[in-house]
Formats: sequence, structure tokens, C-alpha cells
Amino acid sequence: MKNKVVNLRNVSQNPCSMCMPLGGIIPFKGLEQSMVILHGSQGCSTYMRRFMAEHFNEPIDVGSSALNEKGTVYGGEENLKKGLDNILKVYNPKLIGILTTCLAETIGEDIDRISLEYLQEREMEDFPLVTVPTPAYSDSHTEGYFLAVKRIITRLAQKSEKNEKVNIIIPNISPADIREIKRILEGMEIAYTLLPDFSETMDAPFTNNFGKLPNGGTKLGDIRNMPGAKATIELGITVEDHLSPGKYLENSFGVPLYRLPLPIGLENTDKFILTLKTISGKEVPEMFRKERGRLQDCMIDSHKYNAQGIAVVFGEPELVYAVTKTCLENGIKPKVLATGSKNFKSGQLFGEESSNLKVLTETDFVHIRQVCKEMDVNLAIGNSEGKYLTEKEGIPLVRIGFPIHDRVGGQRILSVGYQGTIMFLDRITNTLLEYKLSNYRSSMYQKYFQGIDVK
Amino acid sequence: MAVMERKFIEERMESINIKGKKKKHLKCESESLAGCVSQRACVYCGARVVLNPITDAVHLVHGPIGCASYTWDIRGSLSSGSELYRNSFSTDLKENDVIFGGEKKLSRAIDELVLKYHPQLIFVYSTCIVGVIGDDIEAVCKAAARKHNIEIYPVQSSGFIGNKAAGYKAACEAVLKLIKPGVHLPEKKNKCINYLGDFNLAGEAWIITHYFKQIGIDVNVTFTGDASFTKLKKAIEASLNIVQCAGSMFYLAQEIEKKYNIPYLNVSFLGLEDTAQSLRKVAAYFNDPDLMERTENLIKNEIEKYGPQIAGYREKLTGKKAAVYVGGGFKAISLIKQFRELGIDVVMVGTQTGRKEEYAEIEDLVDDGTVVLDDANPAELEEFMLLKGAHLLVGGVKERPLAYKLGVAFIDHNHDRKHPLSGFVGALNFAKEVYSTVCSPVWQYVHGEGLLHEK
Ligand code: SF4
Repeated sequence: MKNKVVNLRNVSQNPCSMCMPLGGIIPFKGLEQSMVILHGSQGCSTYMRRFMAEHFNEPIDVGSSALNEKGTVYGGEENLKKGLDNILKVYNPKLIGILTTCLAETIGEDIDRISLEYLQEREMEDFPLVTVPTPAYSDSHTEGYFLAVKRIITRLAQKSEKNEKVNIIIPNISPADIREIKRILEGMEIAYTLLPDFSETMDAPFTNNFGKLPNGGTKLGDIRNMPGAKATIELGITVEDHLSPGKYLENSFGVPLYRLPLPIGLENTDKFILTLKTISGKEVPEMFRKERGRLQDCMIDSHKYNAQGIAVVFGEPELVYAVTKTCLENGIKPKVLATGSKNFKSGQLFGEESSNLKVLTETDFVHIRQVCKEMDVNLAIGNSEGKYLTEKEGIPLVRIGFPIHDRVGGQRILSVGYQGTIMFLDRITNTLLEYKLSNYRSSMYQKYFQGIDVK
Repeated sequence: MAVMERKFIEERMESINIKGKKKKHLKCESESLAGCVSQRACVYCGARVVLNPITDAVHLVHGPIGCASYTWDIRGSLSSGSELYRNSFSTDLKENDVIFGGEKKLSRAIDELVLKYHPQLIFVYSTCIVGVIGDDIEAVCKAAARKHNIEIYPVQSSGFIGNKAAGYKAACEAVLKLIKPGVHLPEKKNKCINYLGDFNLAGEAWIITHYFKQIGIDVNVTFTGDASFTKLKKAIEASLNIVQCAGSMFYLAQEIEKKYNIPYLNVSFLGLEDTAQSLRKVAAYFNDPDLMERTENLIKNEIEKYGPQIAGYREKLTGKKAAVYVGGGFKAISLIKQFRELGIDVVMVGTQTGRKEEYAEIEDLVDDGTVVLDDANPAELEEFMLLKGAHLLVGGVKERPLAYKLGVAFIDHNHDRKHPLSGFVGALNFAKEVYSTVCSPVWQYVHGEGLLHEK
């Protein structure tokens, strides 16, 4: 791929991704009554909790086996078992996820063996402990996320009777986005199992009786029956096969798989709705046709303003793809695409268009900034870390994705479906407008005012 | 106590005390229990907190990307000069580095950063796996320092070797090496002090420095708020050290006294009372009547300026109850006193890394019935806040959503804050913030039944 910049750097300067276990925590937060423990030093889980708490504005409880020096030298088995004991006691969860930090991986901890032994020793063989090896040095949080989803299914799914449900696998999107996808499914009258569903758990309504484990999340029984579903829709065309939960269900249980992009933008949402129609044989309700029409209206209203946009799109591959498509549909020129993950096959994804795109993988913000300057970028679309581009280059930022930590409401940002796309597009257009309106007087003056006395 | 038996882990009982007639020694300064969901941060975090405010240094994290991602420009320390410290540099170790060692990558990373940013000073932080894969960062730093003719200090901050307090110590060790003079000890300057334990969050160190300037005392260098390589090199010209955040700086003050014969005084600039007392204490040390008079004048003016407004808030806040959960004991003690100035009772107080002496002082300060706890977890915080009927929690980012979910007011008292809480003006800001959260109208709408519930 001629446009792909191969990354041989020795130092990351202002990272564009997080580490693998953080991505692995998120799906466990979308399961009914579940807890997670990180096998490694205490600090890792504290950092990740802090990072996630800022985005979701929800308490994020994650245990740690709190490995110390001794555990590091002689193995941390006892710490992990004790950690599990304590979590069971305080939280009484229905499932526990065990993730590793880079430390546990480096000293060669075998979490599969330890967890098997643990269940035997405690005589609770049926209890679902889901292990996910997430060495921070091998992949980014994106891969950690999908691996966790896959391992959850692998552990729970059983050969089950055929049913009418459709499995929906979603990438790391906002709780508001998940709710919108559920609304679409319900509007189409489709029975579904959506995984992971952190729409309630990570954006819980205020109630006067707070529980340690929030309500909501995908039901474990539903996950067990995923192999009996009619089909799987995986909103993850950038996910590699070996990490793909949908591929696993297809290969092991023959569940037909539809891999679709995130439904952001007109075409991507069409694809989602049409696929639902194909699978279920149900008609698309009038309501969605109207929403679609409003989106078209919105696209027309804004197209000339949007034509001024030269964008950098950054973040997780799946989101970068969907957002870039949306830009292209609306005449915004996405010049720079950037992700901290190494898995982003832009050539395959964008076909001919890809020759106009500068794609940076495994990149960092110092690099992104430099390329944005070269390409005259005037609009950034991505998570809060992009505030660096605003501060240093004055490029305005439209916030979407994870993490949103410098504004409230990361959990409430809605961008999927026709309705979500309308809101997303308005955010983009208004950002461009605000930028233009606050600059045009002075810039026109500088450009054209020649003074009264021309000498 | 029935509540405690229900949800709590027995071993944790030794770290929880309810002040009463019987004196009990609280278990503290020990390792976190596995699976307890401790709120503690790690060694690297402690080290980074202390060193990060040194503005013109390159702060390079040696390890996989995560640690650097979670600490990129998240602190509110301000600079009057270089902005270099606001970058997050990491060697971003990958699988191959873990197998073959990361020393070469580290030295290439240093080369690259020196070439690009021309720093005089680099800190290299080792994170969890560095020791395990056998990298000798001392040797790499030494060689690189010689090569580039600059100063490079390794900071031993692998997460598993202890907690945040161990990181403070590692940071202080690095600082001690940095301030070490050449063969000749410089002359001491009279009425010239170093200010230890202020990280210039939202300009706090500037506020305090300005007080001293007004009364005729020079602040030589602050450790480490808005410090720079050149300023730190002159550290031992001061004739007195004053120490605020004892948790991180006590050790440094002791070592400097031992090595360079600079005595130190403990101070606190949190709250009107403490600020006034601390200024008096420092003035008295120099034993100069004019200086004392200027100090009294300053105190009088400032208290006249802010006292009445604070009294206004006190009127509205009297009788409210606060819960405190912060990093160190010093801060907890200051907060108890500061709440007292506002007529608020502290009903629960805990810290992540408080020391024995500090807990003894806390026990002396608080009323009977107050819960004192070390290294608490969310379950305990929840239980005791509810049990004691706290109206307000003071804590960091991770604790905020918990307070809000419980419908309790919240004060951010950590390194992310964006407004100063130090000095006389800080006391007013604090009162204002407490008022804005405790007396917010929103609580009326979230507690109780509301219109929807009316029959
Ligand atoms: S990179 Fe490793 S040590 Fe750092 S936070 Fe991630 S898992 Fe923990």
C-alpha cells in the first residue's frame, strides 16, 4: 500500500491509543451482574478505572490481584485466587472476567490453569470465569475489546436450539449509540441478543437505591443461546478474523455472519437496516423512512458548509472507517486517517478513494499534528485527545469516540442511525461554521483591505 | 456491627476504625489486599506526580504504551516557561522488545528526543515489566547522558515494588541527584527559602510565592511546581526549606537537611487559619521585627478581604457533614481543619497512603463516632458515607461518580483541579466550591419523590 506510512519509530510522543487490558474491561461492563479483575499490579487497574470513570461518569469497579515483588518473583497465583475470593464476597457477581496486565504476561502467569484450579478448589466448577490474556505490549485497547467479547462467547456459548434471534456484536461506542441501535432493532420488531450491552450499566439512570453492580447488561442466558441465532451482525469490518466473535460463531456453530460497518452515515445505516430486513423478512417501518428523509434534508442543508472541511479522523479503526465514510458522503475531505492500532486495512476499505487519504497506523499525536499541518487540515474528528491539535494548531475538534475526558457527557454522545448521523453531522457543520464566523472578518480584512492611501 | 459483617472483608477490619473511647491502632502503610478494588495508584504514578511539574524536562516512560496514555497531560500544574512537560513520551515496548530487551530502543528514544527537543534534563521512568525483562536503565541513562552531555535520571518506578509512596521516594531520590552541587557548596542566601510540596496546580505556588515576596522573603525554587533545570540547580542556596505536602516531600526535606544543612519547617497553606499560621511561622524563623510586621499586615489585609465572604458561606454550610477520601494524610488533616472553618463536621476520613503519625493526628482531631479508614474501597466508602449521612465527599476522579450516584455533593481535591485552593484566596475558592455543590438546587430534584410519583 503506497500511502501507508510504515512506523519504525523508537518513541511514542503523545499516544493515540490505550493498552490492551483497558479495552478488555469494557465488554465485561456490558454483561449482566459481572465483575472484572486485572492480574497484575494495583496501579494498572486504578489508572484504567480513572480513565473510564471520566468518560462514562459512572463508578467503574475493577479488581486487581495487586501483585507485589514476591508475587512477581514466585508467581502470583495466590494473589489472584485471593482476589477472586474477595470479589465474590463483596460483589457477588454472576460472572468474573480475568484480564492480564503486561506484568503478569511477562512473568508467564497461566490464568487459564489458575482459574480452573480455583474453581475446582472452591467446588464451583460451573461458575463462569472468563480469562482474557491482554498483554499491553502486543496490541492496543481495540484488540483487547474484541478479544474479550470473543472469549466471553467462547466460554458461555453452547450448542442450542435454533431461535428467532439475531446476534448483534458492537464495537466500543457510546451507551447512547447502543440505545439507538436497540431502538432500531425494536422498531424493526427484531428479537436480538446484543453484546456487549453497556447502554444501561455505563449510563445508569439516577435512582435512590444504588447497587454495587449496576442493572442491565447482556443476559448470560442469552449469550449461551447465541449459537442458535438466525444470524450474527457484527458491526466490525475492521476486526481481524482471529479476533472476530462473529467468525467464531460462524465457524463453530454455523451461524451466518454479516459484517457491517458501524451505522454512521447514510449508506452505512442503509446497509444495517437492509440487512435487518433481509434476515427477518420484515418491512422497514415508515418511521425510519422519515428519519432517513430528514437525514437527506440535513445533508443538503449543510453541504456547502461541509465542502470547506478538510478533516483528520482519528481513534479506533471501526469508528475511523465509519466517520470517514460519512465525511466522504458529505463533501468533507478526510485527508488524514489515524489510529493507534496497527490493524487498519485502508486500501481494502476505501478502494480507489484510498489514494487520496493519508493513513497513519500505530501512530501518535506529534506525528498526526505534523501531517495535519502538511495537509492543511481544518477539522479534527475523534476523541478528547485531539484537544492537542486544537491547542497547538487551532484545529477545532468534534468529539466522538473514547475517551471523552475534557467534556461532560461522553456516554451520551449519539452518532449512529439516521437520527444519530443527523446530530453528528450538525455538530460537524456547526463547528465549521463557528470557526468560519469567528475568523472571516479578520481574515478578509487581512487579505483584501488595501488601506486608504495606496502607496 | 451488623453492616460490617455483611459486606466487608475481615482482613480489612484492622484498617477501619470508629473513633470512640478505646484507642485502636489503625493498620496502614501496608500492601493493598488482592481483589479489594483499592483506590490506590502505583509507584509510577507517585513518581510522576512529583516530577512532572518540572517544566523543561523530557519525561520518558519506559514500558508498553498504557502507562503513558493514562498520564498524558492530566495534571493542572502550570508553567511560566517551557511546556515540554505536558507531553507524554513512551518507548511503547512491543512483543519483540519484551523478548529481546528494550535497552537499545530506550537509547534510540533518548537520541531522538534530544535531537528534537534539546532538553538539558530527562527523567526515564521504569514501569512494571522493565525490571522483569532485565533492562539496565541505569546504564542506558548513564551512557546517554555522557553521549549528549546532559543530565538523565532513571526513576525506579515499577508498579509492583510498592504503592504511590514508594514512587514519591523514587522521585525524591532523582531530585536529590539533580540538586547535588559540584565541589564547592554555594553561599546561602538570607531570607531565601525553598518551597517543597506545591505542584503549582492552577497557579497555587505563584500565589504563595507572591505572599512571601510581599513580606520580603524570596522563594528560591518550588519543588516542583513550575520548577526548571536551572532553578533546581540553585536549590541549595536557600537558607530554609518549607514543606507542605508531607507525604511526598518529607523525605526530601530530611535528606537536604542532612546533606546541606538546610533546616525545614512544616507548613500548610490550606485554609485561612493554616495559611496565616504558616506565614507567621516562617517570618518568626528569620527573627526580624520588620518582617513580622509586614507579615501581620499582609494577613490582616487578606483576612479582611476574604474573611467576610467566607463567613457568609459558613452561615449556609454550618451543620453539614463531610466525608474525606484523599491520597495522603497531610491533605486529610488540612481538610478536617478547613471544614471546621466552614462549620462542617467530618464524619468519615480516609487516605490511600497516610502514615502512622498522620493517622494519630487525625484521630486526635476528629469527633467521637467519626470513621477513620486506610486504603478504602468503593464498597466501604459507600457504606460509611450512607451510615454517617455525609452530605459531601472530597476525593479524586474515581470517587466522583460514586458520590454522584449516591446523590451526595462532591469536591475534587486532586492534581487535576483547575482552580487554586491554596492561600487566602484559595480558602475562599474552597468555600465557594463547597457551597456550589452542597447547596445546589439539583439535590431537591433528585431526592424525594417528585411530581411523577404524586398520586
Ligand atoms: S502498559 Fe502495562 S503496566 Fe502500563 S497500565 Fe497497561 S498493563 Fe499496566
